[in-house]
Amino acid sequence: MIKLSPKLMQKIAWGFTWAAGIISVLILVLIIGYVLAKGLPVISLEFLLTSPEGGLSGEGGIFSCIVATLWLIAITMAILIPLGIGAAIYLAEYAPDSKFTRLIRYSVDLLAGVPSIVFGLFGFAVFVMALHLSYSILAGALTLVCLLLPFLVRSAEEAIRTVPQEQREAALSLGATRWQTIVHVIMPAALPGIITGIILCVGGAVAESACLYVTMGGSAAMPTSLLSGGRTLAVHVFYLAMETNALDKALATGAVLIILIFIINLSTRWLSQRLQAKMSGGT
Amino acid sequence: MNPKIQTKELDFHYGKVQALKKVTLDIKEHQVTALIGPSGCGKSTFLRTLNRMNDVIPNARLEGAVFLDGLNIYAPEVDVVEVRKRVGMVFQQPNPFPKSIYENVIFGPRMLGLNHRTNLNDVVEKSLRASGLWDEVKDNLGKSGMALSGGQQQRLCIARALAIEPEIILMDEPCSSLDPISTLRIEELMQELKGKYTIVIVTHNMQQAARASDWTGFFLLGEMVEYGPTSEIFSRPKDKRTEDYITGRFG
Repeated sequence: MIKLSPKLMQKIAWGFTWAAGIISVLILVLIIGYVLAKGLPVISLEFLLTSPEGGLSGEGGIFSCIVATLWLIAITMAILIPLGIGAAIYLAEYAPDSKFTRLIRYSVDLLAGVPSIVFGLFGFAVFVMALHLSYSILAGALTLVCLLLPFLVRSAEEAIRTVPQEQREAALSLGATRWQTIVHVIMPAALPGIITGIILCVGGAVAESACLYVTMGGSAAMPTSLLSGGRTLAVHVFYLAMETNALDKALATGAVLIILIFIINLSTRWLSQRLQAKMSGGT
Repeated sequence: MNPKIQTKELDFHYGKVQALKKVTLDIKEHQVTALIGPSGCGKSTFLRTLNRMNDVIPNARLEGAVFLDGLNIYAPEVDVVEVRKRVGMVFQQPNPFPKSIYENVIFGPRMLGLNHRTNLNDVVEKSLRASGLWDEVKDNLGKSGMALSGGQQQRLCIARALAIEPEIILMDEPCSSLDPISTLRIEELMQELKGKYTIVIVTHNMQQAARASDWTGFFLLGEMVEYGPTSEIFSRPKDKRTEDYITGRFG
């Protein structure tokens, strides 16, 4: 083996990490740039505000898909966030370190690794068929909750665990109950980490297609209630790309998806900053 | 002088490890009592039994009793919040909340249900004056407690503990991360505070115990070896182990 001098090795290592960094950023910029460059010109108010009308050339716009996607995110998060944070608080603050809690953690980790289509099949069997929800936004949302819950629980638990023990002791020593300590000291400190977890979940929900196709169906009609089926933006992209020759509209829908995720990220961060200031009290 | 706190045959176990062995001690009211001893001797564990701070440690076990004005604080009917209201604590590392100075001080009173703005303002001024921090921060109460220097942070933590009007203040090596000048300020503060409060301090620093305390207890391997007036412990220790420790032969 050729022996390299430490200085040369250092140069090679620097060059490699630099190239790796540039390439990862480049890939990201290329994909987003391509989708936006091809998609944005197609987007018009009409495209946004008319529903898909079918056909080989993908007539119409994406209005019902936007509505279905927003409904799906709202319902999913309304169920997911309280459940996920509640479970994380239990695991991090109350659960004793026993065989049982280790089993919970292990199964949560295991669930996080199961492919999403398997959750889709579960959702189809349980929510769509057994509970007679048929293809509906509610069935899709419940399936997404099952899919995303393990991830949210683990990331929120991690965020709660990183709050220094000294902060808990300070609060308890001042006569705060454990619950007061959680609400007034631990949650404000853990909030940024929890919000990051929630944002990744929203991203996951918006990006998911296969497991929603089997629980929400692919109807392009405007959803009228939680029990109507619907086609999300991601499913619509899939449909346009596979069943029509309207690649430009598929890319435009993709661009809308990217922008939607961007808006949701920004507003969630803004909300969390407001919330954190309020929970910490004072300036 | 009345004993404010009495411990009777106090045993404490972390799992299988015994950290305290039959500790019986009377702590006098309006005095500064210092607990000294080498690392791992049980002095901090003992201190934390006095406000039931060890309650949250999994697998820990306590036997014996701690009486506060004759009331056993480990009796089943006693509410731990009531105990901590009467026994405040200052920790080794200054641990202000990432909130404003004002919010730090009123945290305890607010958790205990005091919400009236004028009363809270009074509490803040009184507590910060008592901890000697008022003049340094009175124009900046909205500033984050984390932005203060180490010594100021520790005095903020003392003010925060005083705000719940405890009868006893426990200090767990409160100066171990502070510079000598800040340390001196805290020691002076202890002298001012002992008129109103009973103070128990754990310290690594024998000079500090000798300077700042009225009574000293020497701990070794979970046992309380010797306890008496500070001047006697440091000039005429009765136990050979105490003498060896204070003359620096070990520890």
